[in-house]
Amino acid sequence: MSAADVSHAIGDSAPLGRGPEGHSHLDGDSQSTSAAGPAPRRIIVGYGFWIFLLSDIIMFSGFFATYAVLNGATNGGPGPAQLFDTTNVAIETACLLASSFACGMASLAVAERNRMWTQLSLLVTGLLGAAFLGLELKEFSGLVERGAGPTHSAFLSSFFTLVGCHGAHITAGLLWLGTMMAQFYAKGFRENIQHRFLCFSLFWHALDIIWIAIFSLVYLNGTRV
Amino acid sequence: MFGKLTWDAIPLDQPIPLGASALVALVMIGVLAWVFLKGYVPYLWREWITSVDHKRIGVMYCILALIMLLRGFIDALMMRSQQALAFHGPGYLPPEHYDQIFSAHGTIMIFFVAMPFVIGLMNFVIPLQLGVRDVAFPTMNSVSFWLTASGSFLVTISLVIGEFARTGWLAYPPLSELTYSPGVGVDYYLWALEISGVGTLMAGINMATTILKMRAPGLTYTRMPVFCWTSLASNLLIVAAFPILTAVLAMLLLDRYCDFHFFTNDAGGNPMMFVNLIWAWGHPEVYILILPAFGVFSEVIATFSGKPLFGYRSMIAATMAICILSFTVWLHHFFTMGAGGDVNAVFGILSMIIAIPTGVKIFNWLFTLYGGRVRYTASMCWSVGFMVTFVIGGMTGVLLAVPPADFVLHNSLFLVAHFHNVIIGGVLFGAFAGYQYWFPKAFGFTLDERLGKAAFWCWFVGFWVTFVPLYMLGLMGMTRRMQHYDRPEWYPWTLISMAGALLILCGIILQVAQLLVSIRTRDRRREPTGDPWDGRTLEWATPSPPPVFNFAVYPDVSGAEPYWGMKQKVRESLKWGDEPKYTAIEIPRNTPTGFVAGFFAAATGFALIWHIWWLVIVGLVGAYATFVVFAWRDVSEVEIPADEVARIDRANRAARGAALERQPA
Repeated sequence: MSAADVSHAIGDSAPLGRGPEGHSHLDGDSQSTSAAGPAPRRIIVGYGFWIFLLSDIIMFSGFFATYAVLNGATNGGPGPAQLFDTTNVAIETACLLASSFACGMASLAVAERNRMWTQLSLLVTGLLGAAFLGLELKEFSGLVERGAGPTHSAFLSSFFTLVGCHGAHITAGLLWLGTMMAQFYAKGFRENIQHRFLCFSLFWHALDIIWIAIFSLVYLNGTRV
Repeated sequence: MFGKLTWDAIPLDQPIPLGASALVALVMIGVLAWVFLKGYVPYLWREWITSVDHKRIGVMYCILALIMLLRGFIDALMMRSQQALAFHGPGYLPPEHYDQIFSAHGTIMIFFVAMPFVIGLMNFVIPLQLGVRDVAFPTMNSVSFWLTASGSFLVTISLVIGEFARTGWLAYPPLSELTYSPGVGVDYYLWALEISGVGTLMAGINMATTILKMRAPGLTYTRMPVFCWTSLASNLLIVAAFPILTAVLAMLLLDRYCDFHFFTNDAGGNPMMFVNLIWAWGHPEVYILILPAFGVFSEVIATFSGKPLFGYRSMIAATMAICILSFTVWLHHFFTMGAGGDVNAVFGILSMIIAIPTGVKIFNWLFTLYGGRVRYTASMCWSVGFMVTFVIGGMTGVLLAVPPADFVLHNSLFLVAHFHNVIIGGVLFGAFAGYQYWFPKAFGFTLDERLGKAAFWCWFVGFWVTFVPLYMLGLMGMTRRMQHYDRPEWYPWTLISMAGALLILCGIILQVAQLLVSIRTRDRRREPTGDPWDGRTLEWATPSPPPVFNFAVYPDVSGAEPYWGMKQKVRESLKWGDEPKYTAIEIPRNTPTGFVAGFFAAATGFALIWHIWWLVIVGLVGAYATFVVFAWRDVSEVEIPADEVARIDRANRAARGAALERQPA
C-alpha cells in the first residue's frame, strides 16, 4: 500500500507521535484535559455524577410536564387553590435549604479532615431532611383525610407523583446519608469515600433545585390570587 | 404467600405456549446442567460473571443480544406464518396469543436485541479506540449489564409463567390500563423495561463520561474516531431520553397498581399524554440505535477502502445535528392525534430535515469508497447492503413525514415495512458488520468470510422479499397487527412475505454455522498481529484478544487515525519504535456486585408482577445490602506487575514488527 497518497491526519497537520513512550502531554498543567490524557479520578466521578443528576432532572421534567397538562383535570374535586397550605410549604422549604447549608458545612469539615464537625454537620443535614419529609408526609396525609388523595383525580395523581418523587429522592438521600456517616466513622477520610461524599452533596443540592421548581410552579403558581 | 401466582399461571391448557415454555425451560436447564457437569462454573464465575472488564462485559451484551435475536425471530416467523395461513380462516394462533407474540417481538427486538447489541459494541470498542484501560465506572458497567439481563430474564420467563402484554410494543393506554388488561402481561412488560431501562441509563452515563473525560494523551475531540463520536451522541441521547421512559412507565405502573388516573378514561386521565411522553423517549431511541451503527459503517468503510473517512468533520456535524433534531420530531408518530394542521406541518418539516444530515453521511461514505482500494469482506457487504437498504427506508420515512400521506398510511403495514427497513437495514446490518469486524479483536481469530457473505446475501434478499410485500399491503390498506383477514388480493403478498422470512431464517442458520465453523477451525484463523484488517484506529494497536489492561503504556496521539500514522512511520523508517519503560498497572478488581444486584432486581421485579409483597421487601433490602457491602470493601484494585506487562507487550511488539517488516511501504 502506498503511503504517499494517503494522509494519516485529517484536519490536523501535527507531526507523528514521539513514539509510544512519550508522555510529555501529562507533564504540563496548562494542557486542556482532552490533550492531557484521562482526567483524575475525582473529576471523573464528579462529572459522571453530574450527568446522572441531569438525567434525573429530565425525569422530573417528565413529571412536571404531566403536572402542567393535568393541572386542570380536577374531576370536579378540589384544585390547587383549595388544597395547598403555603405556611407548611414555607417551613418545608426552610428546612430543606437549611439542610443544604448544613451539608455545605459538612463539605468544609471534610476538607478540613475534622471528624467531629463532619459527623455533626451530617447529622444536622439528616435531621432537617427528616423534618422536611415529616412535614411533607403530614401534608399528604392531611390531603388524603380530606378526600383529596391521589386516586381522586388526574390532577391529584400528578401532584402526588411529582412531589412524592422528590420526597422519595429525599428518603433515598437520607438512607445514603446514614451510610455515608457510617463510612466516615468506619473508614475515615479515604479518597474514594470523599468522592462518594462529593456525589452525595451534589445530589442533596440538586434536590434543592428540584424543590425550588416545585415550590414555584406547583405551590406558588397554584395559590396565586 | 405467593400473591397472584398459582398453578394456573402455567399455560397447561394451551399447546403452543406450553410447548414454547417447555422448550425454554429445557434449553435453560440443559445449558445450566452442561455448565455444571463440565465444571465450567468456577471459570465462568471468575472470568465472566464477576468481570468488570469492559471487553468481557461488551461480549456478554452481544451474546445476550444474539440469544434474544433468536427468540424475537421465532416470534417474527410465527407472525408471518399466521398471516400466511389466516386468509379466510383463524390460522393457528388464537388472537390473545398472536397479540402477545407481536408485542413480545417488538419489545424484545428493540430493548433486548438492538440495545444490548449496540451497547455491547460500544462497551467493547470505545475504551480501546480511546486508548484507555477501562470505562469510567467499571463496576457500574457490570451492574448495567446484569440489570439488562434481568429485564430479558423477566420477558423470557413470561413465556413459562403467566403471559406477556397484548398491547403492542409501546403498551398504549387505555388498553394497557388495568380495566382492559387485567392480567400480568403488561406488568411483565413494565417491570422488565423499568429494570433494563435503569441499566441502559447507567450504561449511557458511563460511556458519556468515558468519552468526555478519559482519552489517551493527545486524543482531542477532532481526532476521535467517528465511532466514538456517534457513540457519544447516542449516549447523550440515552441520558436525555431514558429518564422520560422511566417516568412515563412509572406513571402507568401507578395507574395499574395504586389506582392513579394519569392515563385512564375516567377522573380526568389523559391517554394522549402517555403517547406524547413515550415518543419523546421513543424517537430519540431510534437514533440511539442507529448512530452507533453509523459509526460502525464509518470505521468499516474507511478501513476496507484503505482511505481516511471522507468529510470527517462534516460527519461529526451531521451526527450532532441528528442528536439534537431527534428530540424535535416525536409528534410525527401520531399526526392523527388531532393537533391541527399547523402543528403537524412543523413536525412534518422537522422530520424531513433529519434526512439532510443523514444524506450528508451517505455521501461521505460514498466518497470514502470512491477512489479507494475496496476490499469486499463480509463486514463491507453488510455496509454496502446497508447503504442501499437504508436510503430506500429513509425515503419511505420522508414520505410518512408528510402529514396527509401519513393520514392514509398511519397504522398500516407500510409503516411496519418502513421501520423494519431502517432498523434491520440500519441497526441490525450495522451490528452484524461490527460483529464481523471486531470479532477477531475480541477472540483472536477471524470469522469465516464465505459463510459470512452467504449469510449476508440471505439476509439482504430475504429482507426485501419480506418487506416489499408489506409496503404493498400497506398501500392496499392492510393495517398492522391483523390476526386474520378475508381480502383475496392480500393473500399472495402475505405468502411472498412468509417466503422472505424463511430466507432470513437461512441467513440466521448460516450465521450460526459461521460461528461454529470458525470456532472449530480457530487454530487456522489465529491472527498473531492483532491487526487483521490493516486497521486505522487504536483498537488495532492492541494484541487480540487485548490484555485486561488494554495498553501497556498510554498511546501518545498526534493525529486522527493514530494507529495508521504509527504504521506509516514504521513502514517509512523500517524501524519499530523504541521499547517503552514498563510500569505496574492497577486494574479494577472483579466483583459479584453487578450479578447480585441483577439477581435482586429480577427477584423484586418478579415479586412486583405477582404481588408477592414479602419478596419485594427481601429484594429491596438485598439490593441495599449489596450496595453497602460494595461500599465497604477496602481493596478495589489489583496490580499487574511491570514484568507481566512487559512480557505481554513485548510479544505483541514482536509479532507486529515482524508483520510490518514483511510488508514494507
